[in-house]
Amino acid sequence: MLYAIIASGLATGAIYALIGITYNVMFSASRVMSFTAGQLGMLGGVFGAWFIGRLGIPVLPGTLLTLGACALVGVVTEIVAVRPVLKSLDQHLYVLSTLAFALMLQQFVAIEWSTEPQPFPRLVPFGDALVNQRFWLPVLAALVVIVVLEIMYRRTLIGRAFLAIAEDSFAARALGLPERRLRMLSFAIAGVIGGLAGFAGGGLLLAFFANGPMLSFYGFVPVALGGIGNNRGAIIGGLALGLFQQAASYMVSGLFVSVATFAVFIIMLLVAPQGLFGAPAGRRV
Amino acid sequence: MSVSATPGTATAPSLRAAWPYALLLAAGILLPFTGNDYWGIIATRAAIYWVLVAGLNLVVGFAGQLAIGYVGLLTLGAYTTAVLCARTSIGMVPALAAAGAVGAGFGVLVGLPALRLRTFYFAMGTLGFATIVTQVALAWTDVTGGGVGVPGPVLPAPFDTPWGFYAACLALAALCTWMTANIAASRFGRAFVAIRDAEVAAEVCGIGKPRMFVLVFLFSGATAGIAGGLFADLQTYITPDAFTFDLSVLFFIAILIGGRGSILGPLLGTLLLTALPEVAAPLVAWSTFLYAALLLVIVLLIPGGIASLLDWRNRRPLERDRSIVPRPELLPELLVERHRAPPLAMRDIALSFDGVHAIDGLSLTLHAGEVHGLIGPNGSGKTTTLNVICGFAQPQRGTVTLGEATLPAGAPQSRASSGIARTFQTPRLVGEARVIDNVMIGGTVTGRASFMEAALSLVRHRRDERELVRRAAIALRCVGLEALATVRCDRLQHSELRFLEIARALMLAPDFLLLDEPAAGLSAAEIEHLGRLIRAIRDRGVGVLLVEHHADMIFDVCDRVSVLNLGRELAAGTPAEIRAHREVVSAYLGG
Repeated sequence: MLYAIIASGLATGAIYALIGITYNVMFSASRVMSFTAGQLGMLGGVFGAWFIGRLGIPVLPGTLLTLGACALVGVVTEIVAVRPVLKSLDQHLYVLSTLAFALMLQQFVAIEWSTEPQPFPRLVPFGDALVNQRFWLPVLAALVVIVVLEIMYRRTLIGRAFLAIAEDSFAARALGLPERRLRMLSFAIAGVIGGLAGFAGGGLLLAFFANGPMLSFYGFVPVALGGIGNNRGAIIGGLALGLFQQAASYMVSGLFVSVATFAVFIIMLLVAPQGLFGAPAGRRV
Repeated sequence: MSVSATPGTATAPSLRAAWPYALLLAAGILLPFTGNDYWGIIATRAAIYWVLVAGLNLVVGFAGQLAIGYVGLLTLGAYTTAVLCARTSIGMVPALAAAGAVGAGFGVLVGLPALRLRTFYFAMGTLGFATIVTQVALAWTDVTGGGVGVPGPVLPAPFDTPWGFYAACLALAALCTWMTANIAASRFGRAFVAIRDAEVAAEVCGIGKPRMFVLVFLFSGATAGIAGGLFADLQTYITPDAFTFDLSVLFFIAILIGGRGSILGPLLGTLLLTALPEVAAPLVAWSTFLYAALLLVIVLLIPGGIASLLDWRNRRPLERDRSIVPRPELLPELLVERHRAPPLAMRDIALSFDGVHAIDGLSLTLHAGEVHGLIGPNGSGKTTTLNVICGFAQPQRGTVTLGEATLPAGAPQSRASSGIARTFQTPRLVGEARVIDNVMIGGTVTGRASFMEAALSLVRHRRDERELVRRAAIALRCVGLEALATVRCDRLQHSELRFLEIARALMLAPDFLLLDEPAAGLSAAEIEHLGRLIRAIRDRGVGVLLVEHHADMIFDVCDRVSVLNLGRELAAGTPAEIRAHREVVSAYLGG
């Protein structure tokens, strides 16, 4: 039983962690927290089930198509809901614009796809001997994402340009970095990561339009705990949340789990509003 | 320039502003005579939604908190009422009251984290709350019936028929409109807006954010809970499916479509959004999509909502060549004769930010009836000194005392009641509020009526308001801005904002007034007016601490001058002494 808890806990945790990283990637390029993070996860599942399950496209091109479509959604998010409100970040209009766009995505899927959870196809024909692929695929995806991101941020020029923009976008622009193009690129990357969360986790979450808000919330918890922009914090927080949820729902009840998660979330935020690894707020007057 | 604005027309809730509400209410009362049951149900639903939105409007439109999960409170209210009616025999009216109490309690629980959390975190928290309430409703089958649900409650006769129920809902909606309009026009409403748009200035005016948030979340939680009870009655049978997140979106968007800081706008927004899917029947499936698209369009194109479109008055051009002519001779009406306050003293204050010494062992005493100048190069610690006195900055060493009493550090909202007022280097005002409302914010702590007295417009509240309006009109005349009393503050020019901040500070009838570079950006003539005004304020027994870079003005106005350099006092004395002080001349004044 312990085995099952750990397997499913790590799997859901990895999905949350990926959504958390999606938030982070969007945030570091734009200072915007976007409600679309969870919707990208939902879309990853829905696109996957549509391309591979319904249209019968082979797995590899189907995967690329899914992630490409999610990247496109990421770019559209940037153009429609983020760029127009960047000028007045202090008014927090982005909360509303990204919420509106997230809802539009969700409703569109509900109407054009289905309001019922749809089955998600098996992705690999092997590897179910020890653990079902539902469980190890998300963990593998999270590992790949974090390794690729670390290499990109540390070793490549474009990764350093991202870091420069995250650190001080004004100075980065003064240095001649193409801030807008880099921002669109990071929204595309965020789209891929978010899509991968729902795609790799399709076996667990199915292709369901209502996964969006759920993922938005549970993916935000590790970000809030780890501090915005901290990908390692998101991974640790996500896995911890997944394990906690599975353990608690086995030992107590599902009802308790959601209430407890919410209570822990709020209490942690009140104790450490900047996250456990975040920096304190600046001077006000 | 003529003195056109009299205090009466400036703020009294005039009948002219009431006619749209009267028209809507009349339409609501006449509706049953059409005999159209279908429209009756839609109107009932709109009324119920409005009971919730009216309260939420104070949270979102006035206090500026993005609470997007209010459907959670609606659900709680609905289940409280339905379960109490189905499983006990207390009847629906007490059950509705219980729903209001439950809503108020959870409203505060969900709302108060807004004190610490940043915008997106708070929005997420309320969203999480809404999700969890539905999950609990689904899982707690013993009480809620789970997915099967519970039968809805029914009001006692004569409200148990569809039209009877409609009448009850309409009456409640009208009551909520009236109460929230009263609150919006009260010192509480102005305080909410001040917290939203000028939080730091609100604290200086003595507005305690925690207290205001408790009030607004209690009220809006209660209306949401009661709306939930009525919603359960309307549904006749409730299951968790009835409370989709779409409803939250509807409430939220109704407010944003209506416009921030308005009552009529969100009311029209609610009516519009409730009726829209009914009018456009083929679009019902797409209604949430359309709401969301509408939200996006509004945020991007008309952030001010319907209310800003209806605001013709503020599109009329203002007079071009306005000059500010203060009338200090009116000050005695505002700053009446009283005992001289004991001196305000800083003793041996030291404060550093990350190892950089902003103030390093500074002592300073400010006496009533004196203008004390504080000069020094940039970064010498002038504004930080003001922040220490006002309680924004917490020094590592030293105390601030007023007479015998020590003023607590880190509690800026306590300074107003100690008689300390200030202005800011960059004016901090509520751009969307009228000039006179901005001034009245300064007098928030002088009000006596409680929140409920304000909501019900009782005698004490009306007396408070009359007094605030009277004093604000005098304060505006003192600084020479009376002609602009009813203009939106964000249409003023920079120099006018500086004088407006002084008017706001005068509302407190302060013992000490701290001015942070009041002459910055003013013309020579305006600086002269300002100097006269400051001297007149001093002559009424107020101690003025003047931070300035205009050396001429400092030497002209001050009784005593302190020169700061690198967080220490370089010199102190009369203007004549300072002007002759060799180090000061070489380090700062030049020549």
